[in-house]
Amino acid sequence: MNQMPEHPLERFLRMDRIPHIWCSGCGIGTAVTCFMKALDEAEIDPDKVVVVSGIGCTGRVAGYVKFDSFHTTHGRAVPFATGAKLANPELTVIVFSGDGDLFAIGGNHFIHAARRNVDIKVFCINNFIYGMTGGQVAPTTPLGARTSTSPYGCFEPPFNLPYLAESSGAVYVARWTPLHIRRLTHSMAEAITKKGFSFVEIVSPCPTVYSRYNRLGDGLDMIKYYRDNCRIENWADTKNVPMEMGSEIVVGKFVDIDKPTFLDYQRGQTDGK
Amino acid sequence: MEVYNKGIRKSFETQPHYRDETSILTGEHFWQGDIAIAEGAIAADCRFFAGYPITPASEIAERMALRLPYIGGVYIQMEDELASMAAILGGSWSGVKSMTATSGPGLSLMLENFGLGIMTETPCVIVNVQRGSPSTGLPTFFAQADMMQARWGSHGDYEVIALAPDSPQECFGLTIKAFNLSEKYRLPVFILTDGLVGHMTEKVVVPPPDEIEVFPRRKTQKPPDQYLPYQPEDDLVPQMANFGEGYRLHSTGLTHDERGYPDMTIEAQDKLIRRLINKIRTNVDDIIMVEEQDLEDAEVVVVSYGVTSRVVPLAVEKARKEGIKVGQLRLLTVWPFPEERIAQIAEKAKAWVVPEINLGQMVREVERAVGKASKVVPVSHAGGDVHDPDDIYKVITEVIQ
Ligand SMILES: Cc1ncc(C[n+]2csc(CCOP(=O)(O)OP(=O)(O)O)c2C)c(N)n1
Ligand code: SF4
Repeated sequence: MNQMPEHPLERFLRMDRIPHIWCSGCGIGTAVTCFMKALDEAEIDPDKVVVVSGIGCTGRVAGYVKFDSFHTTHGRAVPFATGAKLANPELTVIVFSGDGDLFAIGGNHFIHAARRNVDIKVFCINNFIYGMTGGQVAPTTPLGARTSTSPYGCFEPPFNLPYLAESSGAVYVARWTPLHIRRLTHSMAEAITKKGFSFVEIVSPCPTVYSRYNRLGDGLDMIKYYRDNCRIENWADTKNVPMEMGSEIVVGKFVDIDKPTFLDYQRGQTDGK
Repeated sequence: MEVYNKGIRKSFETQPHYRDETSILTGEHFWQGDIAIAEGAIAADCRFFAGYPITPASEIAERMALRLPYIGGVYIQMEDELASMAAILGGSWSGVKSMTATSGPGLSLMLENFGLGIMTETPCVIVNVQRGSPSTGLPTFFAQADMMQARWGSHGDYEVIALAPDSPQECFGLTIKAFNLSEKYRLPVFILTDGLVGHMTEKVVVPPPDEIEVFPRRKTQKPPDQYLPYQPEDDLVPQMANFGEGYRLHSTGLTHDERGYPDMTIEAQDKLIRRLINKIRTNVDDIIMVEEQDLEDAEVVVVSYGVTSRVVPLAVEKARKEGIKVGQLRLLTVWPFPEERIAQIAEKAKAWVVPEINLGQMVREVERAVGKASKVVPVSHAGGDVHDPDDIYKVITEVIQ
């Protein structure tokens, strides 16, 4: 009998858990593929990688990747990751979670981890909505967008995530979409090897709820939308990259600076005292 | 700032060092209960502390902030108690014994991820230095009113372990014990003390390192390809593998199978939840610690725990002088509750008196254990002070009439 050749990224995936739960056309799967390729590109010891997720469709990522992986509670991936990293600085600790998880219930944790420059990496799927719970409004939902809890259009202005990350203290900030496979992969690899709090936003289609509520078509239609409306501008001022309904999406690597981390400061401040 | 041992503050250490003269401060000290808790944790090999300041627990955080950087540990003040609890779970999975400390308002926030610690079987210690409550209550006064919150405060069915020291010396010893139980049974363990014990200064004797028993992490001996992270041993507790050791394991707060994978079935739920509960219930003899006095002939038994145990002897002595046959049962372990032992004693004793600094919490457990066999009378106090021993004495004299 012919054996199926092993997929090159199989060694990074829990194949015994496939098929996954994500809908067809969802951007999470593509982002996970980029993540696996990025780990390959970054050439780090897979035994020293820890992937932490919160709760949500994106929160399930931790369950599919073959690393030490932890599926925490809603919003608490970042503080869990903080503890894991500080207790064993040898580890590469990556949070992979959704926009609601990281910026609504977990928002306070995000800004403080960035401020402290804890050496963790945060990869956020921004699908503008709460996918897992059926499409409620999120702190990233654009003004006017419809969700199950904004039936007349969202009337709260959303966060501009790269700006929030940079002003909170992140040393690496980038934004891509699943259309930008190569660039997204490269940014993730850079973030993984970067020392300090690094953030990559992945603007991502959710055909099942966000697109349905807003009549944006299927997953492919969203990819076409990205093709027609994304503008790559590396080093763009993060102040100028908000997203609105139907507007262009500025993508790129926006921030890449060097700063001492939490542990560097702890060492510096306590030495010889 | 107290200079606890001049000369030992070497430079920042990147490697944790355990069981030497810099980590275990062998000798006699005059310490607050809070300080003794911090030192007990360090003696139990705790090298990661994440917390958020709150009266009357802040001294624990302050002591850890002072001590940990010089013995290869890390202190971090988190943004809140939700984060503190999440961080110590992360620290523990990275292989470092971890602790947090708080008071009632903070415990309310921690209980979310306490549940995650129960579900993922994560060893760690949570200290609750209780104060007057509910809500902001009496920040600078003490109480014992979070006993049921610690037992039932997170959602779902589970068993907890909680220890209640009544002196700084016991704060030191029971904190070590709490770490040992948390490693042995793999769950977050509570220290339930109160603001008076936390802030009282008394002599604390720290033994030499070789006299301090520390239960090491239950690490699996199996190679990664044979290891199932949630496959229990005979005592129903699974062996552990830390992050970074090549096991590439998955853990989740979802109901899971022995591989640690989510399993959304009624059967998986039944199997997992029963095991989590039974690993404590079937080991209560190993976990429960009580102190008994004058129970042989006792017609009345006074049950107490924590700071209230410091007042009870005054009432009991007075009653015994008058010929009343009264004994004392002190709970060092408050959860699991020593119901079997109480039921045994209840076969002879006629009445039970339960003073506590709340309006009747553990007394319900005593009632449950005693059944209809004898009378149970609470002596309640809303918080802010200990009982007047005469109030307890009065109830003792009344119940036997
Ligand atoms: C404390 C708590 N509150 C609410 C929920 C319900 N809940 C689960 S996932 C989720 C939102 C997830 O949205 P997001 O992070 O954007 O992830 P997505 O599903 O879109 O990937 C919510 C509200 C929960 N699990 N826990
Ligand atoms: S609901 Fe949306 S985010 Fe969730 S899996 Fe489906 S498409 Fe993806």
